[in-house]
Amino acid sequence: MAMTRKKQRTTMIIGGLVILGIAAAIIMSALRDTIVFFYSPTEVAEKAISPATRFRLGGLVEKGSVKRGEGTTVRFNVTDTAKTIKVSYTGTLPDLFREGQGVVTEGKLDGSGTFIADNVLAKHDENYMPKEVADSLKKQGYWKHTEEDKSKDTKQ
Amino acid sequence: MITEIGHFALILAFALAVFQTIVPMYGAAKNDRAFMATAPLSALAQFALVSVSFAALTYAYLTSDFTVKNVYANSHSAKPLIYKISGVWANHEGSLLLWVLILTMFGAAVAVFSNNLPQTLKARVLAVQGSVSSAFLAFILLTSNPFERLSPAPIEGTGMNPMLQDPALAIHPPLLYAGYVGMSVAFSFAIAALIEGKVDAAWARWVRPWTLAAWMFLTIGISLGSWWAYYELGWGGWWFWDPVENASFMPWLVATALLHSAIVVEKRNALKTWTILLAILAFSLSLLGTFLVRSGVLTSVHAFASDPQRGVFILLILCFFVGGSLALFAWRAPTLKAGGIFAPLSREGALVINNLFLAVSAFAVLTGTLFPLVFEALTGGKISVGAPFFNTVFGILIIPLLLLIPLGPLLSWKRADVLGAMQRLWAAAAIALLVALFVMAFKERGPWGAPLGIALGVWLIAGSITEMAERTKFLRVPFSTFMARLKGLPGAAIGMTLAHIGVGVTVIGIVAITAWKVEKIVALKEGASIEIAGSTVTFVSETPSEGPNYSAETGRFDVTVDGKFVTTLYSQKRVFRPSRQPTTEVGIYPYWSGDLYVVMGDAINTGGRTVRVYFNPLAPLIWLGTVIMFIGGMVSLFDRRYRVGAPKRAKQTAMQAAE
Repeated sequence: MAMTRKKQRTTMIIGGLVILGIAAAIIMSALRDTIVFFYSPTEVAEKAISPATRFRLGGLVEKGSVKRGEGTTVRFNVTDTAKTIKVSYTGTLPDLFREGQGVVTEGKLDGSGTFIADNVLAKHDENYMPKEVADSLKKQGYWKHTEEDKSKDTKQ
Repeated sequence: MITEIGHFALILAFALAVFQTIVPMYGAAKNDRAFMATAPLSALAQFALVSVSFAALTYAYLTSDFTVKNVYANSHSAKPLIYKISGVWANHEGSLLLWVLILTMFGAAVAVFSNNLPQTLKARVLAVQGSVSSAFLAFILLTSNPFERLSPAPIEGTGMNPMLQDPALAIHPPLLYAGYVGMSVAFSFAIAALIEGKVDAAWARWVRPWTLAAWMFLTIGISLGSWWAYYELGWGGWWFWDPVENASFMPWLVATALLHSAIVVEKRNALKTWTILLAILAFSLSLLGTFLVRSGVLTSVHAFASDPQRGVFILLILCFFVGGSLALFAWRAPTLKAGGIFAPLSREGALVINNLFLAVSAFAVLTGTLFPLVFEALTGGKISVGAPFFNTVFGILIIPLLLLIPLGPLLSWKRADVLGAMQRLWAAAAIALLVALFVMAFKERGPWGAPLGIALGVWLIAGSITEMAERTKFLRVPFSTFMARLKGLPGAAIGMTLAHIGVGVTVIGIVAITAWKVEKIVALKEGASIEIAGSTVTFVSETPSEGPNYSAETGRFDVTVDGKFVTTLYSQKRVFRPSRQPTTEVGIYPYWSGDLYVVMGDAINTGGRTVRVYFNPLAPLIWLGTVIMFIGGMVSLFDRRYRVGAPKRAKQTAMQAAE
């Protein structure tokens, strides 16, 4: 059963489409299950987010709010200057975690409105502001892309 | 003065690149030998000019010339010499200059090493190379000039991001760029072939070494980046599925597919259109990677401060080359002559499956990477797609491919006896199964699938060795005959076996660290200790110390097993001058069974430190596997066939050589 060129091409195209279709189905279903939303403290206050939902909370670490307990748990507040959320995190903080600086944390709310973070995202550059945080702060009219920031931008 | 020479050389290089784009292309169209002959000369001159420019910037860094804005913003006179050099490319402007330097280096290499290319093809390949370097040189000169002066000159620089002050990260960008940019050669060959309307075995043989070299650099570049993230960032992981990592991984997947499909073109003169498309896609994804890293459109833990305006410029370059090449492809590809036919169950068929899975995996990674952008554009909501997505999707797509790897090389061209090939793999399958049972019996915890994952890695290694044993008739002929056969094997065959073994080794490392990693976070006072995976780690002391451009707190940890002293690990918290930016140094002790990994965290109010301790089983295998892949690529690159020169472009000789 020698294959003709046309038949071979058709087989390959159909096979390719089938695999691509299966892959697309896997991708869609995995996306639905795994995407994590990003919220600012204001959005968290507006939306009633159920404690079962994982999300990312981003904003500034409120000045003077970082409290280290006796163990490895750290508490701090994340603010977008309009609203503030309490965060509790167990583990070691990234090197560039600082009061007054931008931060992105991932986790869930507990019943009382405290955000239990299991991940505080690291950054590589102290001048870098996560885009989501920058956008949500801009919404509050707080953080502006000033000339000073511009000059820092040349620094990688 | 030297700085101005560097700037001027860059402008000349740009003019030359434009010349190199237009004149040889016109010459090839008119079959004018004199015009075509300008291509290699201008490629060499361009490389020389960009080298001068790069040397000038390096000189400014070495002499800490803070009248140059770029040096002021990224360097410091107290920095160790190696980081003054690597500082050249540890910033946006300098790294683009490095990008172009490597691009013109590849252009010059094509000019020097391709004397056996037909003149029109060579002229066209170099013209396309010229167009790529014109675009990027224009980008540097217009938006990212590294030679900008500052007046008045500051006395001291602002320093370099301390996280980048690391030996692995000093060489990571050049290697990765060599991989990205190396893909431009395959791209240029593809475009030239489309213009000529001719793709054959000779073409594939010319393209393959270039693709292989780029692939090797990409492999080792990605691996170094991952290794750096593992020991420098102190989070115990080795891969984050971060957009910037994905940006380098997608071209790698497509380049791997291209390496395999080029074999089919070379040996069987089939899959030509597809191979051309892959060459275009591999370079397009490299450009996309450059865009993602340089524009900052995606939030990435790796993101450094970035400038949207520059992003738009790269986006335009991206659109021009991707759009232009795909349009050319759509127009010209149907005119390519179709090649040899084959049954679905054959070596060709197996390579098609390989290509399908690799391309689809790259597509899945691309979807996950860009989905947050699309989602925000459509709904305004902000989301992130993280490791759970990629692990699920990529895992499902890549496992069938890994399972099939040992089978492919045992199939014959055109039409294959799959059952026979499977029979020859029974020993490999038995070994893999035994290992799975062994691991299952001895493991105390971890997911049920983990022993199967280890077995998959063993299957890859044993299966690849089987193929080699089959070729050399191991144990079935006298030992001396076997050795003679082994020596007679083409480099490409040995290289393939090594690369596949490397994949197996990496798979074992990944499965082990994923399934059996142990992590403990504790508050330790000096003198206290913690048990992990059979080791006792004691926090002995904490002492301040001084480095050349940082001050540090060094934590000393003694490791004992059953009361017997094993080693002392040091983990440091460093604070760098002048930025006051802190970094963490991890203490790692490699047991044969895996890494003991100690990180000293922040001080606690009541005394002592937060300490994170990991046991990462078999972690070094992840990077060892990639080194084996790299060596495999190297062996394959030195295959005699590439040195004796490509076959003549007559169909008859091409077919003979392919045998």
